[in-house]
Amino acid sequence: MARIFAYIVHKAGVADDSAAELLTAASKIDSAASLTAIVTGWGADLDAVCSTLRASYSEVWKIANEAFAYPNAELVRKALVKVLPQGSILLVSHEHFGIDLAPGLSIKLKSAFVSDVLGIDGVEGSHLKVVRQEFGGQVSAHVRCDISSGAVITIRPGAFKPLEIAPVKGSVVDMSSDVGVLAAGRRYLETVVAEAGDVDITKHNVLVSIGRGIQEKDNVAIAEELAEALGAAVSCSRPVVDAKWLEKSRQVGTSGKTVKPKVYLACGISGAFQHLAGIKGNPFIVAINKNPKAPIFQVADVGIVDDLLEFLPEFTNKVREMRTVSAK
Amino acid sequence: MEILVCARRVPDTSENEIELNSAGNDIERDDLVYSINEWDNYAVEEALQIVARVGGNVTVVTVGGEDDEEILRREMAMGATHGVLISDDAFSGSDGRGIATILAAFVRKGHYDLVLTGVQAEDGGAQVGGMLAAMLDYPFASLVNSIEVLDSKKLKISREIAGGNKEISEIDLPCVLSIQTGINEPRYVGMRGIRQVASVPIPTFAASDLGVDPGSVGTTAAKVKRVDYFVPALGKGAEMLEGSREEIIEKLVELVAAKGGLK
Amino acid sequence: MLAAVVGLEHQTLGLSVNWFMGFAQQALSSFGLEDLPSPAHVAYWLVQWRILFLAIHLLGVACFAYIVAKRIAPMLRANPDVRFDRPWLRLGKVLQFWLGQWKHPRYRTAGTIHILVFAGFVLLVIRAFALLSFSVADNFAMPGFPGWAGQAYDIVTDYAATVVFLCMVVATIRRVVFKPARYAVPARYGKGHMGDAVFLLALIAVLMVADSLFAAASAAGLAQQGQTTELLAALSLPWMLKSALITTSLPTLWNVRLGAYLLHEVTFYFLLCYRPFGIQFHVETSLFSVYFAKLDREILKPVRWGVSDEHLDTLKSFGVKKFEDFTWKHMLDFYSCADCGRCSDNCPANAVGRPLSPRFLTIKARDYSFQHYPILGSPTNGTPLIGGIYSEDEIWSCTTCGACEEECPLLVEYIDKIVDLRRGLIDEGNVPQGLQKPLKALESRGNPYGKMEKKKADWAKVKEFQQSCDVKILDGNLSANTLYFVDSITSYDDRMQAIARATARILDHVGENFGILGAAEKDSGHEVRRFGEEMLFMALRDHNIDAIKSSGVQRVVTADPHAYNALKHDYKDVPPVEHISQVIAREVKAGNIKFNRVENETDVYTYHDPCYLGRHNQIYDDPRDVLDAIPGLKRVEMKRSRDRSFCCGGGGLMLFYEPKEDERMGVKRVQMAAEAGANVMVTACPFCLANMEDAIKVAGLEGKMTAIDLAELVDQHIVRQEPVTVSSKQPNKVAHREWTLEPTTIRGG
Repeated sequence: MARIFAYIVHKAGVADDSAAELLTAASKIDSAASLTAIVTGWGADLDAVCSTLRASYSEVWKIANEAFAYPNAELVRKALVKVLPQGSILLVSHEHFGIDLAPGLSIKLKSAFVSDVLGIDGVEGSHLKVVRQEFGGQVSAHVRCDISSGAVITIRPGAFKPLEIAPVKGSVVDMSSDVGVLAAGRRYLETVVAEAGDVDITKHNVLVSIGRGIQEKDNVAIAEELAEALGAAVSCSRPVVDAKWLEKSRQVGTSGKTVKPKVYLACGISGAFQHLAGIKGNPFIVAINKNPKAPIFQVADVGIVDDLLEFLPEFTNKVREMRTVSAK
Repeated sequence: MEILVCARRVPDTSENEIELNSAGNDIERDDLVYSINEWDNYAVEEALQIVARVGGNVTVVTVGGEDDEEILRREMAMGATHGVLISDDAFSGSDGRGIATILAAFVRKGHYDLVLTGVQAEDGGAQVGGMLAAMLDYPFASLVNSIEVLDSKKLKISREIAGGNKEISEIDLPCVLSIQTGINEPRYVGMRGIRQVASVPIPTFAASDLGVDPGSVGTTAAKVKRVDYFVPALGKGAEMLEGSREEIIEKLVELVAAKGGLK
Repeated sequence: MLAAVVGLEHQTLGLSVNWFMGFAQQALSSFGLEDLPSPAHVAYWLVQWRILFLAIHLLGVACFAYIVAKRIAPMLRANPDVRFDRPWLRLGKVLQFWLGQWKHPRYRTAGTIHILVFAGFVLLVIRAFALLSFSVADNFAMPGFPGWAGQAYDIVTDYAATVVFLCMVVATIRRVVFKPARYAVPARYGKGHMGDAVFLLALIAVLMVADSLFAAASAAGLAQQGQTTELLAALSLPWMLKSALITTSLPTLWNVRLGAYLLHEVTFYFLLCYRPFGIQFHVETSLFSVYFAKLDREILKPVRWGVSDEHLDTLKSFGVKKFEDFTWKHMLDFYSCADCGRCSDNCPANAVGRPLSPRFLTIKARDYSFQHYPILGSPTNGTPLIGGIYSEDEIWSCTTCGACEEECPLLVEYIDKIVDLRRGLIDEGNVPQGLQKPLKALESRGNPYGKMEKKKADWAKVKEFQQSCDVKILDGNLSANTLYFVDSITSYDDRMQAIARATARILDHVGENFGILGAAEKDSGHEVRRFGEEMLFMALRDHNIDAIKSSGVQRVVTADPHAYNALKHDYKDVPPVEHISQVIAREVKAGNIKFNRVENETDVYTYHDPCYLGRHNQIYDDPRDVLDAIPGLKRVEMKRSRDRSFCCGGGGLMLFYEPKEDERMGVKRVQMAAEAGANVMVTACPFCLANMEDAIKVAGLEGKMTAIDLAELVDQHIVRQEPVTVSSKQPNKVAHREWTLEPTTIRGG
């Protein structure tokens, strides 16, 4: 079995959530594998990340270089090509850096590439069988990947739940000297931070979406509290925008945004077809509505007939409770 | 500026109900309608806007069969200067690497300052652009949501990163960029426009024209192959949660957590 | 021609000609000319008056002719228009709308003033010509006006001049003091028009006064010389002026008379040449505008007159992109607009704050023409209209409801222009993102929702329904006399499917042998055409015509007014088409449909006229007759009903368009229903129903107001042998029954 590596994305000295998810993914490829984390970066932030990762990874390869102070996929690729053993399997989170890095890296490593994997069935001989989604999530596909000359695999964030694992005391191996001089055709200039309040509902995995059932503007806060507890964003149907309770940018539907969340909490939304048309990607839909005949129940996965103005606050409390418990 | 846009024809999810066939191993293909991959359409529009500002030509290329000419014509109706079809039996069954290999061979035959692809396709996943760049040793950027031409040697680009933030970089030409939706507002192509380019000849290149070794592409070379399609089991219609509000909430928290809503 | 005068709205009348006549006629009348020399014979410095007057005439006429030629210049570069056919019908329009001022009474005050002024002008025409000619020919007398007839004419025109003068005063007061809202100019359209309007009113008043003063001075002079003069009409303006002047010395009278004449002549020609610079031009152009008005209002203008569908591919450009792409008649419309504001006053888009005002659509184009075809200098190459004088949003904001055209006293056309402008936008690829997906889906799937063709008849396959009413699909194996053309929204939208089932049950009840096309039916393309995508429309149309023909049906019924309008007017060679409300009304009259009493007699119903059933097809009474045939149904009319119905917000592609607006048309409309005291809105169009039901929620009228389609209401109340289980009295509960949407496949914007 080829050696498995996980490239860990981090920011400000903190490893991305995907660090734990990649462990799960790796265990599905080879439950006995010892996974090596690779971290690139510079300075104290890098050291902080490495020492955190030691708790879960038996080995952490640290590649320090001033050029990595801001991650540049082309430079990282060059570094990884130098340090990775032939035939390795590399897991990378399928987010903006992974998307930049992984395809080109697979070419340079002459290995297979599978992107956006959300399930791993296991290895059959020299092939790895994984699950991907196609057509905006309407169907899934099994994909066989020849890993005999290694593979680069990007893993959909959130698709693999972190496992409860006993802490290990992994070692940090400094590979920095193997990298050499780096130069890239792309140079980072700056980051423009999205304006405050400018929530992009299309980018959220969980949406607390409100409709007319929210009744008045002041009640929008109830949904916002739940969203905050869940780490979600508040979206809405058109009547809410028409009533000017929320900005247009929050509207889901034919005349609003098309969203592809994982979980969609439809609160007081009747389920007009213009609204439903804006929900894609087969999310888990929870419908909360006073009217048991609301059409939303026909398309929802789970339905609750209740007054959302009473239900939501209690639900929010429960979620907060859960969070506090899990934080301990 | 000479710009090449790599495009693909796909079943558009907004006009198809993707369902499994009766055998349950593939999607039902009988009733599908196809169009240009949405991301690629943004890429073509971006290319057109760039040449409108700085001059040049836009070539749209696709690897496929005769049916795929349709999207080339659509993009030519949009304003692309040339449409090119790359077609060869040897190409069928190519994986992402295979497609990138073919495109790389095509790019090497021409002189393009800028190569654009869509970030991803409806049935693919953000592969070809990055691979193509690596094969050509061009700089690459994915998820690009704005392009500014600084001079004949470099661009200033913005990438869409987490939280709606934008990562601004400078990138040397020639390069490959994968274009994110929303970078522009693609123009409409009416039936009239398509009819007007209906008889424009579209040059076709085969493996031999490009010097592509048939063994390096197609099914045989593909390391990644789709085995089948399936629909993950999902309950039909809403499962109505009943009981006391407390019980319902308990159950709901569990369900939402299981679906990744309590990450 | 000058005298052609006409219809002005109170704001600025162009009187022109007539006023003058008044005097001349008097002076001309058989007596006393030798005693009171004509103005042309008075020496003034070294110049003979006659030469001066003649010079003014010539200069005035020459200037006017030059200006008019300049105004005609863009029309010569315009696109063709077919407007020379059916002269008798056109003359009829002239009699009705121009001479008969048919539309004017729709606005009572302004309309009355206008009719009075118009009548005054028409009467004064001869007098004006006579007076003008009087200055150059002493003995000129209008033929055919001897004796009593001439005297009677004098008296009538004395009054006419007086009435016109008074109208000017009233109109000015109205303008300045009462300021009717529809004359206001929103800031985005520039400065107000009041100054211009009042100036023109004043000029006309001056004309009237000059005319009357001339007559009065003449009469007073003759009276002082002891000559008999004809009578001035008692209490008329000339009569009063004469009374005031009767003791004035003769030389003064002479000067007054000469001054009045000069004032009259100068004012006359000033007005004549000034009018083509503004709204007063309608005095000259309205006659032509009305004569050349569109006779087949229900038929949309072809892309290019004289180019058949098969040859459309040869056109270099589609639609209106630059000013010269308009047809010459559309340019004439711009000149003829009297700025009365009635169009915009009735425009629902304007009412909800969308960036569209038909009035300014015209005014801006007229100003553009004035600017780019200047009186002095050569035409300048204009910028494109979109982005220049018009915005894209402005052009997409129109629902083509036709309220503006219904109201315009001069029959100015708007829908064709909007559609032509949209054709231009489509041709340039300039289409809002929200509309692109539905248009693309129409191309590939034949419906804007991107739903699969094979699911088109799913509404009829609902078990409970199918047991009581099995709808035939005319796919070649089955045949029928009547085709029920369902169209997209009614086929695919789960709420609107209830209309389809109700319609089918009604047809079934009256024993109609009917069927549907199922997967072979594509969208009627009605909105596709009105959104400017002509080629796509043609593809849909041709497909449907083939499908309808090969189904072998004798007639077509639909419950969708948009489909009805398309099939009736946009399609060719299809069997006769009826809207379901016509069928129901006929069957009710024939006794084939009997109704149960309404369950709740405290409900108050009101009928909302769908634009494409009412205004565009004049079907106003059938739906009302049907409602009134239901025992115990109490019905009220909304203030805006029948041909003044207020659009629900628009159908078809309009559902996908995201307008910039302050509120929704539907909300305004349901509020109107509430004001009328109704709690049930009945309509006969799936789009109206969709908009109303949404609007009821937005307006916070849930529980207080419901909306229902006429077919549903009829279906619920029909007396059947075996009652169909349509249980609820709550209309919209009938809807969401068994059918489950597959939302992930619909995408609109």
